[in-house]
Amino acid sequence: MTTHTITVTVNGAKERLDVPSNMTLLKMLREKLALTGVKNGCEAGECGACTVLLDGEPVNSCMVLAVETDGHEILTVEGLAPEGELSPLQQAFIEHNAVQCGYCTPGMLMSATALLQRNPHPTETEIKEALVGNLCRCTGYVRIIKAIQSVAEQGAAS
Amino acid sequence: MTESKTTFTSEPVGKSVPRIDAYEKVTGSAIYADDMQFGPGLWYGRLVRSPHAHALIKKIDVSQALAMPGVKAVVTGADTPKNFGLYLVDRPIFARDRVRFVGEPVAGVVAVSEEIAEEAAKRVIVEYEVLEPVFDPVEAAQPDAPLLHPDLGKYKVANFIFPQPGTNISEHFKLRRGDVEAAWPKCAAIVEGEFRLPQIQHVPIEPHVAVSLWDLSDQVTLWTCSQSPFAQRDLIAQSLDIPHGNLRVVSPYVGGGFGGKAGVSMEICAVAMARAVKGHPVKLRMTREEEFIGTTVRQSLVARTKIGCDAEGNLLAMETAYYFGGGAYNDYGVNIARAAGYSCTGPYLIPNVKGDSYCVYTNLPVGSAMRGFGMPEIHWGIEQIMDQLAEKIGMDPAEFRRRNCVKTGETILTGMKMTPIDLVACIDKVTEAVNWGKDEPPSAPHKKRGKGLAIMWKAPAMPPNPGSAAIVRFNEDATVNVSIGAQDLGQGAFTAMAQIAAQTLGVPYEWVRISVPVDTKYSPYEWQTVASRITWSTGNAVRAAALDAKRQILEIVAQHWGENPEDLDIKDGVVFSYRTEEEQPLKGMVIYGLPNDNFEGWTGGPIIGQGHFMPTYVTNLDFETGQGTRAVVHYTVGAQAVDLEVDTETGEIEILKIASAYDVGKAINPDLIMTQIEGGAVHGMSSAFEGLKYDEAGRPLNPNLVDYRIATAMDIPRQIHGDFVETPVEDGPWGARGVGEHVMVPTAPAIANALYNALGVRFNDLPLSAEKVYMALKKRAGK
Repeated sequence: MTTHTITVTVNGAKERLDVPSNMTLLKMLREKLALTGVKNGCEAGECGACTVLLDGEPVNSCMVLAVETDGHEILTVEGLAPEGELSPLQQAFIEHNAVQCGYCTPGMLMSATALLQRNPHPTETEIKEALVGNLCRCTGYVRIIKAIQSVAEQGAAS
Repeated sequence: MTESKTTFTSEPVGKSVPRIDAYEKVTGSAIYADDMQFGPGLWYGRLVRSPHAHALIKKIDVSQALAMPGVKAVVTGADTPKNFGLYLVDRPIFARDRVRFVGEPVAGVVAVSEEIAEEAAKRVIVEYEVLEPVFDPVEAAQPDAPLLHPDLGKYKVANFIFPQPGTNISEHFKLRRGDVEAAWPKCAAIVEGEFRLPQIQHVPIEPHVAVSLWDLSDQVTLWTCSQSPFAQRDLIAQSLDIPHGNLRVVSPYVGGGFGGKAGVSMEICAVAMARAVKGHPVKLRMTREEEFIGTTVRQSLVARTKIGCDAEGNLLAMETAYYFGGGAYNDYGVNIARAAGYSCTGPYLIPNVKGDSYCVYTNLPVGSAMRGFGMPEIHWGIEQIMDQLAEKIGMDPAEFRRRNCVKTGETILTGMKMTPIDLVACIDKVTEAVNWGKDEPPSAPHKKRGKGLAIMWKAPAMPPNPGSAAIVRFNEDATVNVSIGAQDLGQGAFTAMAQIAAQTLGVPYEWVRISVPVDTKYSPYEWQTVASRITWSTGNAVRAAALDAKRQILEIVAQHWGENPEDLDIKDGVVFSYRTEEEQPLKGMVIYGLPNDNFEGWTGGPIIGQGHFMPTYVTNLDFETGQGTRAVVHYTVGAQAVDLEVDTETGEIEILKIASAYDVGKAINPDLIMTQIEGGAVHGMSSAFEGLKYDEAGRPLNPNLVDYRIATAMDIPRQIHGDFVETPVEDGPWGARGVGEHVMVPTAPAIANALYNALGVRFNDLPLSAEKVYMALKKRAGK
């Protein structure tokens, strides 16, 4: 197994890492950078718990090889609140009780963040479509959708 | 989270305060089992699993696996001679003489990396002699079926479970009340049906993870996502001969449980593997595929039910037989069959009942606790038959239920008096919310629209003596630490307990923290976080602990002021006297006490409040009749109404609205109840379309999230309407009892009843699907 040295910007910080060819971005984030906010739900691209933003686009980090991110930018849930000030979406998730067990929450926040960046005023259907790859077993999605709608209405993208 | 002390909510019980754990969860700082860091000494485990549904193990050769560089140990059933179990001790840790389902662990490999462990697992060579398997519970219950547990008679079993050695029947609960044979001739309408439900799975988004360390002094630690650290400790201690005090179970946040993280499944394998490599922590993680078939599932059910009523619509008789497909090991499943047995009438008054509830071994993954604990399974058939009876005698289904549903104080099927509830109010609320009785048109000519109703009941299914305990401690600034053994699975238990502690003590909600993680070394005992019992049971314990702390504080301040403690109270963190209006802030004194006059000594010291709760009034039930003074602590009841449309060209079902109403006793946090109602409605709806599938050899066909679909954001009803009723329970905090499971119990039958209303077609078997609906419509049209 070959090891590659890559340079990747994660949550605004440039990181130089040695990664094996077959290491996924998910493993790289969790094990090399201790960013355990990125969750492992299935390692098969089916649940969305591992969603992060790669150059602003939501990806299942379990389906991306670490080496593919060389020279690129990654944003995880830990990067949403630099200096401790919650993003409007994070704030809305709290206010609308969009969190129960919390395991899908980081992935949901990343998909929602990407959505509002590309479409600041999504319809309810557009929100549901953007979240279809993020599974939740606890909330029934109702409050998650409401939280995103409330941020969209305020006109503030995260 | 630590809100600043400038925000405070007085008297939080009954208020929708924000969740106490939300901040951690939205920032990604909440720690789950796989997030815990163990350093470079961490090793990894993988399980070797049986490819056969039923087979004798002839030989296991681990030499090739052990020879691989980086492999540290391989553990087999030869190393783990004792079974484990909660109600029926029937399950080996690693299979010993035989395997009983595809996926059963036969060996555990420990290696320095997950990749090496996975490679080594493939090199464990097992020789099997295949035996004939049995998958259907009715077949498996027959005397000539292949026998899964020849030693059933030798297993330790709880005194309220009755296995039948020499058969595959691990539990038989009998309910005999009145005389059904004499009642049938009096019935104007009788409906009989067979209903089949497949196994389904909890599908928590967090798969099971367990890390175990067996240190060189034989102190053992298990870190895992657990609903029941104390129950897991008890089972593992007994099976691996570890003194309880030497085994510690720690559970950080749980990423969804739904009952699947309540008992012991893969966790005990991790401990056994850790024992083979003392001094090194071993992490065992389930892949999603293993999560589906290697943890636990909800049992399948074949229900044969016959119910009759008179011409006025009064229910007269029920005869019912439940065959629960318990899977290869029925440890937890036996209690599900029992609970289904003593609740088999559903929330109705039926004077003549003959019920037989069986838990049956089948060569499939292990059935265990899942949200509802038998109630979703049995209500699927009961609620459809009630609709059919109503139709036969020409009565509106809602009216039929209002007439026959059980009311407070009435004598139910086990002979106990119904505890305080108001099911009629729940029916009224949901029927109003869907404009019941009003025929509303579908949105297109090729669509059909229908409305359906279902009601439910459930009691916590527990042994008679499940205890909760709590400790209340203070910090110097008078913020409060509440220690409990109960877990927050997402349902909001920590928030509710903080509210109860705050209100009882007289401090703002924001001053209270829950001491997480739950840790058997430091947390007080909690039986299990299951059965929707925590708000009620742990709530009582927390309230008792807070009252204990409050009493101590008032005594100290009263002595300091030369007053009577009865004239003092605490509000917003300040002790005050009703008589003199003097004030004493809690800050400082809850640790240091108060100086006497002229500093002639001190009064008080560190305040620690302790409390516990355990019901004392549950009785056994007669083995022949199921009758007893008090079968259960209480019932929670509720209703759901569904308004849906069916596309007759594709069979696709669109749920327009689910309206729910539950009698919760007291809503400690109204919005958290709403979130349970919403999540439960979607979970209940999803469960109607889910089913594990197997081939003819018992191999799983859909253990992944593509082939086993759960509801996504695109699948949810257009509207979910929720409401609650508050008829206080006799012994809960402010009258509160649980609702976490109830919210998904009636959804599937409500959908079935709505489909009948829309299409005139009955669906007796789950799962539903567009294909099934389409084919049924085609068949009816004679094509």
